[in-house]
Amino acid sequence: MAKIVAGITTSHVPAVGHAVDAGKEKEPYWAPMFEGYEFSKQWVKDNPADVDIIVYNDHASYFGMEIMPTFAMGIADNYAICDEGYGRRPIPDVEGAPELSTHIAASLITDDFDMTILNVLEVDHGLTVPMSLMYGTPEKWPTKVIPLPVNVVMNPQPSGERCLSLGKAIKRAVESFDGDVKVRIWGTGGMSHQIQGARAGLINLPWDIQFMDDLINQPEVLQYKPHLEYMIEAGSEGVELIMWLIMRGALGDKVNEVYRFNHVPASNTSVGHLILTPKED
Amino acid sequence: MKPNFEPFNDIPGTTIFTIEKAREGFHLNQFCMSLRTEENRKRFLADGPAYLAEWPMTDEQKQAVIDRDFQKMLDLGGNVYFLSKIFASEGMSYVQAVSTMTDMSAEEYQAMMVAGGRNIEGWRSKKERGEA
Repeated sequence: MAKIVAGITTSHVPAVGHAVDAGKEKEPYWAPMFEGYEFSKQWVKDNPADVDIIVYNDHASYFGMEIMPTFAMGIADNYAICDEGYGRRPIPDVEGAPELSTHIAASLITDDFDMTILNVLEVDHGLTVPMSLMYGTPEKWPTKVIPLPVNVVMNPQPSGERCLSLGKAIKRAVESFDGDVKVRIWGTGGMSHQIQGARAGLINLPWDIQFMDDLINQPEVLQYKPHLEYMIEAGSEGVELIMWLIMRGALGDKVNEVYRFNHVPASNTSVGHLILTPKED
Repeated sequence: MKPNFEPFNDIPGTTIFTIEKAREGFHLNQFCMSLRTEENRKRFLADGPAYLAEWPMTDEQKQAVIDRDFQKMLDLGGNVYFLSKIFASEGMSYVQAVSTMTDMSAEEYQAMMVAGGRNIEGWRSKKERGEA
């Protein structure tokens, strides 16, 4: 049976991608942030997986306003990289996992999650910046990827309960796949940040740290946090953190905290990063 | 469940991109999406008004784009991820563009971020600030 072996969360700031592409990781502004991912880069090498399910949001890069899916899943063989207005990032295409993703998508729909199915998708910094942080600059990415875009751009967004439940359904879907496949699930975005209006630049690190603690220890309580609180306390774009709940739901009741990192700022954003593994009873 | 967007109006200095705003800003945001190709970026930068004339946006929306008034674009249904295609086409970073919506210069804004960002105290509610 296929198995979820780890969960990873990280912010997905576009400027971080530009810094990687320009080789600026050692510059004084960036060095403290990239150093925080050194442990993780080694950890993913030492604890390899076959497939990464990456929960992220598109930032008006592939999805325009014609179609705005709440939850979607890529089932393609390959995903090209978007031009987000600055030109395409010089990174390899992302390889899909069509057999596993079709199985998971079918399982989720059967389980009452109305996924939008993507046979064509270009991926943006929401998915590629976390990969750059964990895998650096390889010629070919080390894993296959299943993209899971979530609408966190247009309100209403899916509720926290729905996100945690989707994660639980992903776990069931993965475990019902025949084949010895090791799967990691990533929740990306956040932490506190606001990139619009007179309140832009908002950072709330104490709130971010409490969110991490609650995500680890009491997701069943955290799922009921209203979106209004995310918007007020973590900024209008802080609501991206509901995607971390999908990751958490897929890990089961109890988790081990392997690694935690916080850094302020990257561009406009409070950077947060976790590695968690399911705790076996 | 009846949607309730009303509480968003009390968050100071913040425009929440609701499904209603998305309807209002549809053509503005679709224009922004067109700037994902180098060819269109060149055309837009060469002659903004001519490029905008191809889109069924309101005159107010077009003027806000020409003025690069990002707050006005938000007010008229734009969303910042869409609007980012405008400033990206000019090679401007998020920090530079976002700072224009605040009362700070780009340098002051960047200094605030490096010092830990905007402190939330005093920024939770318009009522608290005496703005509503």
